[in-house]
Amino acid sequence: MGYYIFKRLLAMIPTMLGVAVLIFILLRVIPGDVVEARYLTQGSAYVSQDLMNIERKKLGLDQPLWKQFTGWMAGLARLDFGLSMWTGSPITEEIRLRFVLSLQLALMASTIATSLAIPLGILAAFKQDTWVDYSIRVFSIAGLATPSFWLGSLMILGMLIIFKWVPPMVFTPLWVNPWDNLAQLIWPALAVGYRYCAVGTRMMRSTMLEVLREDYIRTARAKGLWMKLILTRHALKNAILPVLTVISTEFAFLLGGLVVTEQVFNLNGLGLLFVEGISHRDYTMIQALVLLVATTFLAVNFVVDIAYGWIDPRIRYR
Amino acid sequence: MTRFARLLAVAAGALLAFPTLAQSPRYGGELVFPVPSEPPSYDGHREETFGLIHPLAPFYNTLLRVDPNDRSGTKPYPSLAESWTVSPDGKTYTFKIRTGVKFHDGSEMTSKDVKASYDKIIFPPPGVGSTRKGQYAVVESVEAPDATTVVFKLKHPSGSFIASLLSPYNWIYKADIIAKDPHWYETHIMGTGPFIFVEHVKGSHLVGKKNPNYWDKGKPYLDGFRAIFIRDSAAQVAAIRGERAQIQFRGFTPKDRDNLKAALGDKITVQESPWDCILLVAINHKKKPFDDPRVRRALTLALDRYEGSKALSQIAIVKEVAGVQVPGTPFATPPDELAKVAGYWHDIEKSRAEARRLLKEAGVPDGFSFTFMNRGIPMPYEPLGVWMIDQWRKIGLNVTQRVIEPAAYFGALRRGEHEVAMDFQCGYIVEPDLDMYKFTSTSRNPANYGYYEDPVADKLYDEQSQATNPEERKKIIRQFEARVLGEQAHYLMTLQWHRIIPHSSRLHGWTITPSHYLNNTLDTVWLSQ
Repeated sequence: MGYYIFKRLLAMIPTMLGVAVLIFILLRVIPGDVVEARYLTQGSAYVSQDLMNIERKKLGLDQPLWKQFTGWMAGLARLDFGLSMWTGSPITEEIRLRFVLSLQLALMASTIATSLAIPLGILAAFKQDTWVDYSIRVFSIAGLATPSFWLGSLMILGMLIIFKWVPPMVFTPLWVNPWDNLAQLIWPALAVGYRYCAVGTRMMRSTMLEVLREDYIRTARAKGLWMKLILTRHALKNAILPVLTVISTEFAFLLGGLVVTEQVFNLNGLGLLFVEGISHRDYTMIQALVLLVATTFLAVNFVVDIAYGWIDPRIRYR
Repeated sequence: MTRFARLLAVAAGALLAFPTLAQSPRYGGELVFPVPSEPPSYDGHREETFGLIHPLAPFYNTLLRVDPNDRSGTKPYPSLAESWTVSPDGKTYTFKIRTGVKFHDGSEMTSKDVKASYDKIIFPPPGVGSTRKGQYAVVESVEAPDATTVVFKLKHPSGSFIASLLSPYNWIYKADIIAKDPHWYETHIMGTGPFIFVEHVKGSHLVGKKNPNYWDKGKPYLDGFRAIFIRDSAAQVAAIRGERAQIQFRGFTPKDRDNLKAALGDKITVQESPWDCILLVAINHKKKPFDDPRVRRALTLALDRYEGSKALSQIAIVKEVAGVQVPGTPFATPPDELAKVAGYWHDIEKSRAEARRLLKEAGVPDGFSFTFMNRGIPMPYEPLGVWMIDQWRKIGLNVTQRVIEPAAYFGALRRGEHEVAMDFQCGYIVEPDLDMYKFTSTSRNPANYGYYEDPVADKLYDEQSQATNPEERKKIIRQFEARVLGEQAHYLMTLQWHRIIPHSSRLHGWTITPSHYLNNTLDTVWLSQ
């Protein structure tokens, strides 16, 4: 197992390097740069080429690409992501601010989603083709069909019309004021968690149905084993593996992919930072964020793979 | 009725008509306002966005400002300069600097600071960028002969120099700091303004508190303010509607205004004004057949601006039919005179018949196709783009729209890839020099995306700029306008933007202007109970 973990960790290095090279090149290929975004988009007729040259020099954009790349890689080796080209602030500081919110939202949405998806999926499978199953299927299909940002917009509109109230617009950390924190984050967590839950429920139902048709389950039932025991001890352990993969991938996605939902609820999260970074052509910021998201995906996949072995003793790693 | 009774009746009537007159400013409260964009850095001399002005202007003062009660946003008003005089030859401007003004660190502000700030803007040291350097090309030197006097010496007389000092970006910084590190103000906030910086949580909000030692005694009225960065317009509207914020200083759409008014009734007050922003159409003179003035004239003659205004003002942030100056401002061409310029005729059938004739004469066949490049921003680029394509179709032109992502858009314009493209101009103050520079030749103005040389227009521009008599200046501006928009049709004007500010009726002491960069110092703003 130890060797396996070492091998996996080692394999992450070329993957990350590949991601770094790819994002560096892609950003330089797309038209425009941070200086154009800063000075040409405001409609002023007075922006001179001299000014743009000064700014490009200041940001190191006048350097050859290989020099820019090696400079960035040298910084990464020291875990120094550099400064945002747009704000001039350290990137770690900019990301840290948003990471707290995005992580809490991802955790809340995941908690809501998994705590609903697993029991609902099991119930739907166990009560297959009854009204219970149909109701859960309608609930989950509706969840898949409803974009989170649209549901979020409806929630805000509903609260405005019915209660004449909107959630707070500014993030307060949980440890500063739990009430304000939850008053802001519970709504996006519900909006995002619903879609997430729908995915999980459908996956749980189908894998559970498959497992429930296995011979060993039939045997257990024939033996007269208590159904609750069959479901939780024998069926669930085998059925949950694909669900675990879905949940973990969704979690990683939630950390940086909630762009529109963050806009709707005005959440100062990583998704919005990503979009702002792209629209400002803030190369250093986008590079850092892409690496962060890639690391999260790799780490989550790694943890899930290890968890597989723990949940299912038949799986052994070499 | 006695004279006294009559006076009493008039006073009562006035108070009923203008309820705010009945109230004296109330002290206290925190103003909360959404800002749709965030300051990239904190340096006003470097940046170009309202995202900097809205949250940061309250921390600073400028030499002069625009009269906070003037709806045209053009009247100069004392700020750190108490008064000023102009020499008879019009080349020397002497400003008397206010005494007793302190920076937020407690140090005294003097003429040395004004000189250092303007030197940084006009004559930046090597490696320091100044966005507005080009606007002060007329300035020869800035001098500070004593602690309360600043003298600007000009190369030639200028009709726009005072207006250029009204720039809301020209914050007065502390000379000692600039001398030590000219980049210090990019990452720090420290001025003489009515509010003192408290915190900026990146991506979230920025907070200011009242400056108890503000030089304008009795001001500000507010205890503080909180600027919340909200990019999504629906979320901004929700913030106002949910009464979590009192105002958004940039502007809302007509639909947002109507929704807020319907939901909140008297709790909302709406102020509207023509907006000093406009979408223009850049016709690339380097691409055939657009090098032919007849073809360009045909493009402007096809547009029914008057009917377009009626329809588009219902759904988009555009309204007024305008020339090179914002309607209703001192140098704007009156509507009946503007109607004589090609493209502004009231008889649209006559106009389009002339357009077809010109196209035929220029050898452009019926059904001629070209590409119209537009910027990927929905409001108001999208509705205006669709409208124009429809208008051009009515003279037999077949236009395809190519939408470019916003950040890459102006780069594409600078490379001259377009045939016909949407362009944009937005000013911090309505001033002919600033608004018309866009239309001068490419050789002197890199933001001319029509890529033409017009020495006649350049000469007219310079003449109006140096004309110190307003009436004489108006005349030259009319000639310039007729040439650039009519005879040569170098550029096409679409419709003037229309600024709509629905704000809480609790908010007082703020007057809309055509520029969303003005009136953001917040010293006169107060909140009723």
